[in-house]
Amino acid sequence: MGLASITLQINGENRVVAIREADTLLFVLREKLGLTGSKPGCLNGDCGACTVNLDGWPMKSCLILAVETAGHYILTIEGLKNTRIQEAFVEEFAFQCGYCTSGFIMNGYSLSQLYPHAHSTQIQEWFESNICRCTGYEEIEKAIRRVLNENNNL
Amino acid sequence: MISFDFDYYKPDSIDEAVTLFRSLSSMGKKPMYYAGGTEIITLGRLNLLYTNAVIDLKGISECNILAHNSDTLTIGASLTLAQLGMNHYFPLLANISKEIADHTSRLKITVGGNICGNIFYREAVLPFLLTDSQVLIAGKNGLQKNPINNVFCKTMQLENGEFIVQLQTQSKYIESPFVSIKRRQQWNVGYPLITVNSIKVENQIRVAIAGLCPFPFRSLKMESMLNRKELSTEEKVELAIQHLPQPILNDVEGSDEYRIFVLKNTLLDVVETLEGAGA
Amino acid sequence: METIGKSIIRKEALDKVTGKAKYTGDYQSSSMLHAKMVISPYAHAKIKSINIQNAWKVQGVRGIVTGQQVPLVGEAIQDRPILAQDKVRYHGEPLAVVVADDPILAKRAADLIAIDYELLPVVNSPSEAIKPDTILVHEHLDCYKRAKHITPIPGTNIASRFKIRKGNMDKGWRESNVIVEDSYSFTPSDHAAIETRCSIVEIRSDESIIVSSSSQAPYMIKQLMSMYFGIDMGKVIVNTPLVGGGYGGKAAVQLELIAYLASKAVGGRKVKLENTREEDIITSPCHIGLDAKVKLGCSKDGFIKAAEILYLFDGGAYSDKGIDLSRAAAVDCTGPYHIENIWCDSFCMYTNHPYASPYRGFSHSELLFAFERTVDLLAEKLQMDPFELRYKNAILPGHTTPTQTKLNHSNIGNLRACIDRAKELSNWDEGQMVEVDKRFVRVKGASCIWKTSTIPSNASSGVIITFNKDGTLNLMSGVVEIGTGTKTILAQILAEYLKMNVDHIFVRMDVDTQTTPEHWKTVGSRGTFMAGRAVLEAADDTILQLKSVASCVLRTSIDDLIVANSRVFLRDDPTVGLGFEELAYGYTFENGNSIGGQIIGRGNYILRNITPLNPETGAGNPGPEWTVGAQVVEVEYDRRDYTYKLIKATSVIDIGKVLNEKAARGQVTGAMSMGLGFAARETFRLDQLGRVLNHQLRTYRPIHFGEHPEYAVGFIETPQLDAPYGARGVGEHGILGMPAALGNCLSLASGVSLHQLPLTPELIWREREGKSDLI
Repeated sequence: MGLASITLQINGENRVVAIREADTLLFVLREKLGLTGSKPGCLNGDCGACTVNLDGWPMKSCLILAVETAGHYILTIEGLKNTRIQEAFVEEFAFQCGYCTSGFIMNGYSLSQLYPHAHSTQIQEWFESNICRCTGYEEIEKAIRRVLNENNNL
Repeated sequence: MISFDFDYYKPDSIDEAVTLFRSLSSMGKKPMYYAGGTEIITLGRLNLLYTNAVIDLKGISECNILAHNSDTLTIGASLTLAQLGMNHYFPLLANISKEIADHTSRLKITVGGNICGNIFYREAVLPFLLTDSQVLIAGKNGLQKNPINNVFCKTMQLENGEFIVQLQTQSKYIESPFVSIKRRQQWNVGYPLITVNSIKVENQIRVAIAGLCPFPFRSLKMESMLNRKELSTEEKVELAIQHLPQPILNDVEGSDEYRIFVLKNTLLDVVETLEGAGA
Repeated sequence: METIGKSIIRKEALDKVTGKAKYTGDYQSSSMLHAKMVISPYAHAKIKSINIQNAWKVQGVRGIVTGQQVPLVGEAIQDRPILAQDKVRYHGEPLAVVVADDPILAKRAADLIAIDYELLPVVNSPSEAIKPDTILVHEHLDCYKRAKHITPIPGTNIASRFKIRKGNMDKGWRESNVIVEDSYSFTPSDHAAIETRCSIVEIRSDESIIVSSSSQAPYMIKQLMSMYFGIDMGKVIVNTPLVGGGYGGKAAVQLELIAYLASKAVGGRKVKLENTREEDIITSPCHIGLDAKVKLGCSKDGFIKAAEILYLFDGGAYSDKGIDLSRAAAVDCTGPYHIENIWCDSFCMYTNHPYASPYRGFSHSELLFAFERTVDLLAEKLQMDPFELRYKNAILPGHTTPTQTKLNHSNIGNLRACIDRAKELSNWDEGQMVEVDKRFVRVKGASCIWKTSTIPSNASSGVIITFNKDGTLNLMSGVVEIGTGTKTILAQILAEYLKMNVDHIFVRMDVDTQTTPEHWKTVGSRGTFMAGRAVLEAADDTILQLKSVASCVLRTSIDDLIVANSRVFLRDDPTVGLGFEELAYGYTFENGNSIGGQIIGRGNYILRNITPLNPETGAGNPGPEWTVGAQVVEVEYDRRDYTYKLIKATSVIDIGKVLNEKAARGQVTGAMSMGLGFAARETFRLDQLGRVLNHQLRTYRPIHFGEHPEYAVGFIETPQLDAPYGARGVGEHGILGMPAALGNCLSLASGVSLHQLPLTPELIWREREGKSDLI
């Protein structure tokens, strides 16, 4: 009961995976696919460390069943290569321990892709979804603003 | 991580969903409708909820409708709070939606799920209570449309096997002046200490509240006090407070006495804002 | 300087932005089994029975361990069963652990373990704990093994008591014209590192124990496991990959021991035990709570003459590090002031709360809340500017600390310079209170800070430098990379000292206690100081080896050689020399003869002249230096609703020397953010039964994006002469004055003196409207 084999489209690859239908996407990413960049900070939708992108939008992978994501495009931190948001996080020192970083970057990546000219209220609204315990958020704010400002200058 | 197993179904139609629920029940299963699913996942993880079959309603087209004609707005129950937060047709609903949980979670939480949820704030129902909205419910007798104020009493009064398909709101209410205030224990995140939604219809203030009691409510008695023209704003609020339902929450977010203090000030702001407004 | 002071990008940066950075929980293998704990729903209860029969029926269960057969553990007093025996003493205490093939089966089985409890009355605060004839958390305190300087008092809930007796109190009070006295309190709270704690343990056939753990103290795990389980120290091998935030919470040793028992129960197979968030908050050790009383006296002109202080720390159910925390609070009990007459008693009390581990600042933000609030009360009574009073009493070289340690120009920073700069950065002179309109007001509050790190007198740190054939270097230190960037800073120190490009230095991020030289624990802002000194010694060793090989080849005295730019060359003719690549693995002459061999530099550092404290007076030398600073918090306060918004937080810290500017600023702002969270929102909401009601991140809420203030950070540079490039510790200091500064700010804003944390609008409302204590 409750078992299934599903095909997930992750980071541009089709991955066939045997799951329990009660498995969250986070569990499947980490335990079945070895994609451990998404972090299990609370399993409760509160911290945002497991944020991935689903069809371009941020999604807390602990709040979605893997079976729900069949037919959707999943992008995890492992699928993100040399993007401006990643560079900006490095340049601005926007992380310390790094554990929340994947989630912040995936959220920020979505924001900068969907709303390349996002304003302060939007940044605030989106980034409230993640917790960083090391920084005081100053550097994270600088990093996302840097990316958005560059978009504005294009 | 949910330790119990369940089967996952995603029907395409209302009939299929209702039939599935019935047949699973008759097989001795404990099916549960699944929309955003965030509560099923997070409460299931803690064994605070159990199911062995979930029926995902997101594949049903009627549940995903967002339609606006000259006099009615129709909102599918599977629309997410994030979608409603971006919807300019119903500013009050957009406003309150944007205050529930956080942005990323709102991309998953649905309006139907929030209204029918176990977590007792259920703030998304407030605008619908205020606007005398209709709720379309699917069940064994097919589709039934009811005024939400008849079928929502603390919780959504659904029979086993029923689910909300849509909510319908008349434009005249949507266009009314409104106030939406959410107050928390501290700053911008977390559950509400108190959420007050209010609109002004035909020169009458309507008010609905979440977070004060372990259920959201709209109180006609409180409304009548708030609309007593002969009284000062303070007097109206004082009288309205005499008619609060019980119990008042006394929990980690705040004590009952403090909630009432916050409520008073919030109602003062509501009345002052709306008294000056048109309609 | 070429490298020191620059914002060098941290060495593990790319891994952290690509998801490749690995933390303990990210390691998995098909041979791994998974463990799940059963934890207590009650704070104090007799365990009448534990029924594991149904749990065994779950397919895939490989082992179940309960508290019957386990030893007592604990750092200062061995008072804690690894799994509860006979009774539970706090909500969340682990009672049993199930091992199964996968985490789901383990949880399923753990949920089927049935436990019968008989509830006992709870000790719900340290003030309750110290009352005579109260309930005892530990009935047999006299039977526990303990470290020699620790003196719990059997028949009470006192785990330890530290005394400071300096000067003559009678004289102090006689000289005091103005006296203030008040009490303060707050319940325990949590570190809330985003990575929950995780341990993986396997036992090899030769009994060696291989541990991987998200820990700030891998060497302590090794030492303690060896001691607790009677295993040769060399047979305990601890790996620590990157750690997802520590803040002191991962300096305690707990899950490792449970995972060891779990592995033992399944024949030594590899077992992973990972906390859920709920467990991480209540089961694993937390941030200590405090009940305090402070009485201060000063002369008419504002010179503090006497301080009488009582600290009752809420150590929780087990003493572990709570004892050291209460000791550290005694050491710096007053804040950074010159006070000749001091009386302080600092107790670690047993209660039925989750037990304490270190928390960023090691009891200093806690004691400073009590002390610095009282300093403001004094300023108010004197009608003196709070900063003026602090400036006047600032502790200076030549003065002595509460432990009667004599200060000099190196071991204490310049507090007065910090105050001056903080006043500038916060625009203090515009006035503490600026009216916005009838309802809103902008208000500032101040606090001064200080801290020394009271780590053991024999704590040491070692570093090894090896060469690669191309002349690049590898740096190995036992410092755990918990997010502070210390390992990058060590590379900067090395690059600066060798006058080479920091990119040519590779840093080993993981720690492995078998092959990495020991660094006592990655705590107390001591990584840069101690490991930095070890780096310098290892660099000297390396230079000597380079020069000695080069001197043979170049046929010169080593005294005539210079090392720079990855070369060794003649002082008077830099064109004559050898590159590191020619020397790294020994030098090979044209005929094939070779000399040297791989260059391996070694260095270590041990703190000097640290002494234990006199048990009756507290006199002694507790730490190597004091970092000082001044802080300001500014809020916009709503006089109708008692709500407020954080506007600006200012820190000026005498850091000795800025080694990496952005990293240093990040440490300070991050610590300020944490301190503001602790000050304004974070606390365990406890019920009458001592249960923690908010053990999730949606009810226990750290500061989120957008709630943060604007930060202003300034650094003063008074070098600590024996630190690398003069740098003082700075990892914790940003947090220290935040609760006090916010408390001072809101007390002024609201017109009522606030004595509790967190400083929520409800607290202010309660004080304003005179309501009795609620939850």
